[in-house]
Parts: sequence; structure tokens; C-alpha cells
Amino acid sequence: MKQTNFQTLFQPEKQDQEESPQPKPTDSLSERIITLLIRSSGYLSILFVSLICIFLLKEGMPALLNVPPASLFGMTWYPIEGYFGILPLILGSLLITVSAVFIAVIFGIATAVFMSEVAPNWINEILKPLVEILAGFPSVVLGFIGILALSPSLRILLNLPTGLTAFTGALLLGWAAIPTIVSVSEDALNSVPRSYREASLALGATPWQTIWGVTLQAARSGILTGVMLGIGRVIGETMTVMMVTGNAPVIPASLDALFMPVRTMTATIASEMGEVAKGSTHYQVLFLIGIILFLFSLIINTVVFVISSRRLSHSDRLLS
Amino acid sequence: MINLALAWAEEYQKQHSEVRISVSGGGTGIGLAALANNTVDIANASREIKSEEKQLAEKNGITPKEFIVARDAIAVIVHPRNPVSQLTLEQISLIYRGKINNWSEVGGENRPIVRLSRETNSGTHVYFLETVVRLGDKKDKSLFSPNTLLLPSSEGIITETSDNPNAIGYDGLGYVAPSVKTIAIAGKIGEHYVLPAVATVNDKTYPISRDLYMYTPGEPQGTILDYLKWVRSTEAQQIVTNLGFVPILGNP
Repeated sequence: MKQTNFQTLFQPEKQDQEESPQPKPTDSLSERIITLLIRSSGYLSILFVSLICIFLLKEGMPALLNVPPASLFGMTWYPIEGYFGILPLILGSLLITVSAVFIAVIFGIATAVFMSEVAPNWINEILKPLVEILAGFPSVVLGFIGILALSPSLRILLNLPTGLTAFTGALLLGWAAIPTIVSVSEDALNSVPRSYREASLALGATPWQTIWGVTLQAARSGILTGVMLGIGRVIGETMTVMMVTGNAPVIPASLDALFMPVRTMTATIASEMGEVAKGSTHYQVLFLIGIILFLFSLIINTVVFVISSRRLSHSDRLLS
Repeated sequence: MINLALAWAEEYQKQHSEVRISVSGGGTGIGLAALANNTVDIANASREIKSEEKQLAEKNGITPKEFIVARDAIAVIVHPRNPVSQLTLEQISLIYRGKINNWSEVGGENRPIVRLSRETNSGTHVYFLETVVRLGDKKDKSLFSPNTLLLPSSEGIITETSDNPNAIGYDGLGYVAPSVKTIAIAGKIGEHYVLPAVATVNDKTYPISRDLYMYTPGEPQGTILDYLKWVRSTEAQQIVTNLGFVPILGNP
């Protein structure tokens, strides 16, 4: 369903070819019932999201009152002894997200460009379903592959103390985010009008110059949207990171922290939520972490929305 | 304790088909929290209930009753090709506190030490913290070194230890597999180095051994009482031995 949305967004040329305006829908009972059902489904979704929001805030905000900020933004996370420093967790999540997205962007956009601009159709017929299959990998399976195969190989290859590192997590999550980036970017690239490419080639640019300087630029907002969706997928990933990153709450201080264990916010909630007593400080802090994750998702989705609606007016202006 | 609880439940249901027992895992912390919330009939615990947990349960009107059902030793394990075979409790404590960082400091090769541990919701973790890291000193506030890997299951520890020559880990004796090497431990320098086994747990020469518990919300009645009595019988304790734990001596 996401694909059709973006196809309509990126085809500004498509004129509305409808003939004479259709007669107004009759006000019959069945029409009104259907309208009511559809409207209530829509409102229900808003209601559910709001309820989740309220629940999160209600359970998590007291943490800000019960834990002194010095402790909350401290460097040690050891909740069973009262150390509630969430900084290592936030930084751990960010480190993995940034690295994973970096890997996914490089391979994802390259694949999308290949599929849309370079590859002959028969390769696309094989490649597209394969990429979709990638998207279907359950995160536990990725984690399993990580523990048994990827982690020992990385340890030997890179001569690390242990293979359970942020890098291992980033590789696997990048793998998981590639299909998202590929499908959205590929749609965006396909929606760039042929006239752009033809004009560029007519002006004497080589195919690569065309791809890099014209096509990719024109599809920029779609690709960015795909990247943001990939970020959203990666930051919320729980099972894989729990199994392969070592879950050590260290602050990633330098670049080689990438090759050391980290602890993410998601793994923390998953590991610890079961053991907390309802209403205890630990419980509240875990919900606070949930709020922070929710905020990250919210920011990402808002940026996606703003980018996709803003760029539309730009390309409209360019075409006229 | 999950494999023990599952084995018991299976055997008991085989003999008493009218009883339904469902076992779920998650660690001692989860079990005791569920006990305080009155959502379970029995909570298995690999450590004693904490006073805060007891208070929380009593606030909900529940008085936890404690039953010792088996014994366990915590084995400290390393990679099978690690030349180190014995350590003192103090050395292990210093390793896990982050003060000793290279195997060469304890007589091994020149390799960094990678510490493995269970997650904080595990009774084994808390027991290890109190008995080994803090060496039994209640006033000691030291913690595990922050770069200790907290793995979500015992299987994870065994997999990493059997594969990584830099690793040191710990877990209940019942989870130790032949793919890892167990270290002999001395309580203090000068004492004998002892390997964990049924004999050394029962005669108390192995320094890191503990009791395994079942807690019930109040005095157990009816089916639950029968089950608890069965669990402490010779027949059930044979299952304890089969799984690699240590049976309790004598029966009620």
C-alpha cells in the first residue's frame, strides 16, 4: 500500500483524465452506514494511538520526578542497584542505528539505482522478489545467524576480543533495512520522468553523470523518505540486537566503540520489563525509555511527512 | 531453573493426568514479581527472595512461603583451550569488576578477557554479584564491569564461551556442556582448588554453591502442596541429579 502512495506523489504529470463529473452518491441508508463504518475505523486508529500515548506518558513521566536528573543522565545503568543512567542506552541505540543505516543506504540505494537504471528487465524480475524475501526475515533468525556465524567470523577476521559488538548488530540491521530502502527508492527513481534523463543525455552527459546528477537528484525526496523509513525500522529492532550486541551498558566514547559491545534501549526494555514490579522506579524508567523511543519514531515520521509534502511543491514548480 | 521446573512438571503430569502445570521462564526476578502480583501459584527462584520483594508481596496481601527444592553450584567456565585451570574467588572477583583485564595476569595467554554474564533478571546473576563480585560482603557496593556482556540466556553464554578463547563466563552446573572447560576454584589463596560437583557441593568445599527455591503465595494447599511434597521426594530428586543439579539430602 505504501508503494501506491508514493507513486501518486511522484507522478505530478499525471493529469486527471476524468470525464464529466459523476453524479453525487445517493444518501441511501447503505451508503451512510458504510461511510459511518469507514469514518469510525479512522477515528478508532487515532483513538488507539492516543491511548497508547497517554498510557506511556502516565507510566513513564513519574520517572522524571522519582529519579534525580543527575542519576538519570549518568553513565551507569544497573537498575537492580538503583543506577538509572539512560545515557549509555540512548547512545548505544543511536550508534547502531547510524551505522546500520549507513550500511543500508549504501547497499540499498546502489541496488535501487541498479534495478531502476542499469539492469535489464529480466534481472529485475528475479531481483525484486528476492529483495522482498529479504524483508521477510524474522529478527530472531537474523539474531541466530549473528550468534552462530557472523559473530565468530568477525572476531577472527577483525581480531576483536569478542564478536558480539555494535558492528555485528549494525550489519544485521542494515541487512534488514535494505529492502525498505530499495523498494521506496526504486519507486522514486522509476517515477522520475523519462524526459529528465533524455534531456541530460541530449546535453552530452554520460549515463553515470545522468544518474548521479539528474535522476538521483530528482528522486531525492523519495529516497530520503525510504532512508527515514529504514531508520525507523532499525531503531525499533529488538530481538536481533538482544542476541548479538552483547548488551553491555557502556558509553560509546570513540570510533572503536563500534567494535565493542553496546546496549540498546529496545533490548533493555525487552530484557527487564518482565522482572519489574508494577509502579516501581525501575518500571517507570523503562517506560521513560519507551517514551524516548516513541519520540524518536515520531520525529522520524514527521520529517518524512514534511519532506514528502514540501518537495512536491518544488517539483511542481520545476515542471511548469 | 527452567529446565528443572519443566522436567518436574512433565514427570508429575505423566503420573497425575488430572493436574495441569504450565511453566514459563524469564528468570527469578520475573517469577518473584509475578508472585507479588499474585499471578502464579509457584515461583521458582535461584536466589533468596529480597526484602523489597517480600514487602511488595505483603503490600498485595501475599505472604511468600519458601521451600528449598534443590542445590546448585555456579561453575565458572572458559574456552576448552584456555591454559588457565584454576582461579581464586578473589581473582574472579577482580576479573568481573574490571580490575584484571588480560589473561596473562592470571597465568594464561596474552589475550583480553571478555566477561560473560546472565542478564540482571536472573537469580544466578544476583547470586554471583553478591557471592563472587562482592565476595559476600554486604556493605560492598562494587558492580560488574560495565563492559560485561549480559546475555539473555544460558545457552548464549555456553555458545560464546565454547567459541571465543578470550571468554570467561559463569552459569549453573546443570547448564555446563562438555564444549566448555570448568575452572577449579579456591575460596582463598592456599586453599585447595575445587571443581564443582555433587560431592563438593554437599560437603561445602566448593565455594560457590547455592540453594534453589520454590515460593508459594501463602501456605500451599491441595494440589500445590502435593506437588511440592513430590518435588522433594527421592523420585523427583533423581531428576535433579539427571539434570546436573545437586539433590537435597534427606526428605521431609
